Amino acid sequence: MGNFTVGVVVFPGSNCDRDVSWALEGCLDLRTKYLWHESSDLSDVDAIVLPGGFSYGDYLRCGAIARFSPLINALDEFVKSGKRVLGICNGFQILTESGFLPGALVANKNLNFICDDVELDIVSSKGGWFNNEDEKQTIKLPIAHGEGRYHCDSDTLKKLVDNELIALRYKNNPNGSLFDIAGITNEKGNVLGLMPHPERACDKTIGGTDGLFTLKSLILK
Amino acid sequence: MDEFAVKVFVRLRPSVLDPAGEATKSASIKLGAEGIKSLRIGKMIEVKIEGNGENEVREKIDLLCDRLFANTVIEDYEYSLEKL
Repeated sequence: MGNFTVGVVVFPGSNCDRDVSWALEGCLDLRTKYLWHESSDLSDVDAIVLPGGFSYGDYLRCGAIARFSPLINALDEFVKSGKRVLGICNGFQILTESGFLPGALVANKNLNFICDDVELDIVSSKGGWFNNEDEKQTIKLPIAHGEGRYHCDSDTLKKLVDNELIALRYKNNPNGSLFDIAGITNEKGNVLGLMPHPERACDKTIGGTDGLFTLKSLILK
Repeated sequence: MDEFAVKVFVRLRPSVLDPAGEATKSASIKLGAEGIKSLRIGKMIEVKIEGNGENEVREKIDLLCDRLFANTVIEDYEYSLEKL
């Protein structure tokens, strides 16, 4: 894949950074670089993943403190330049807290931390993050979260629907998410946030490869 | 410089389901408490802060509430302020 480099952000409390890096390097032969949250130099990365975990111990709200890191401040320009940003789980929470994506993620309806494989409908081709051109409209990815219930007001939901910004919906809503939402993109399509973990579904030996396409699409322009 | 003690209350908006509140309500009923109509859980944040008068301190607290203490997509806030 040439010199294309994916930056994997590491916050204190991130715990899926190595999984993401493993999936990108080991399964897709993509170069990765860990980016410490205090770094604001994004000049040598071509795409960024905000991985799952518990940044800053989930203090105050999930993703609330991470939002103020130098790296997230620098992300604004990166996103405006059209480069791709993928926020997985806690990364999705950070993207909503910092305003890159609308809405918020709150405690699961049943209060359980849910660790399971879920079926997801691909509902938008915005940004080309999911392979929905070979009639595979449903994929299976693992989820692992306690606060993954998507919430937004009715105006925002209408905007999400009208502009095809809802990327993934749960087939059987596990957490009470509004409109079964599991992942959304920004209007440009270069930012995707989702609760499921594509990096945990990149090899047949660990249960599936439905996450490969999403990680691979980080290289799209 | 005046010093103020501020108590900020952050609550989930009424439209947002509060599962922790629901679970606590259920436990309260199991404890034998009668008549509970609703129970919701919020946060209280205590801040001691200096500033030139109440107005300046209110501006600072408003900024903190809007940008950090509360996520106004899902939460409302209010605060009380006491000059020390």
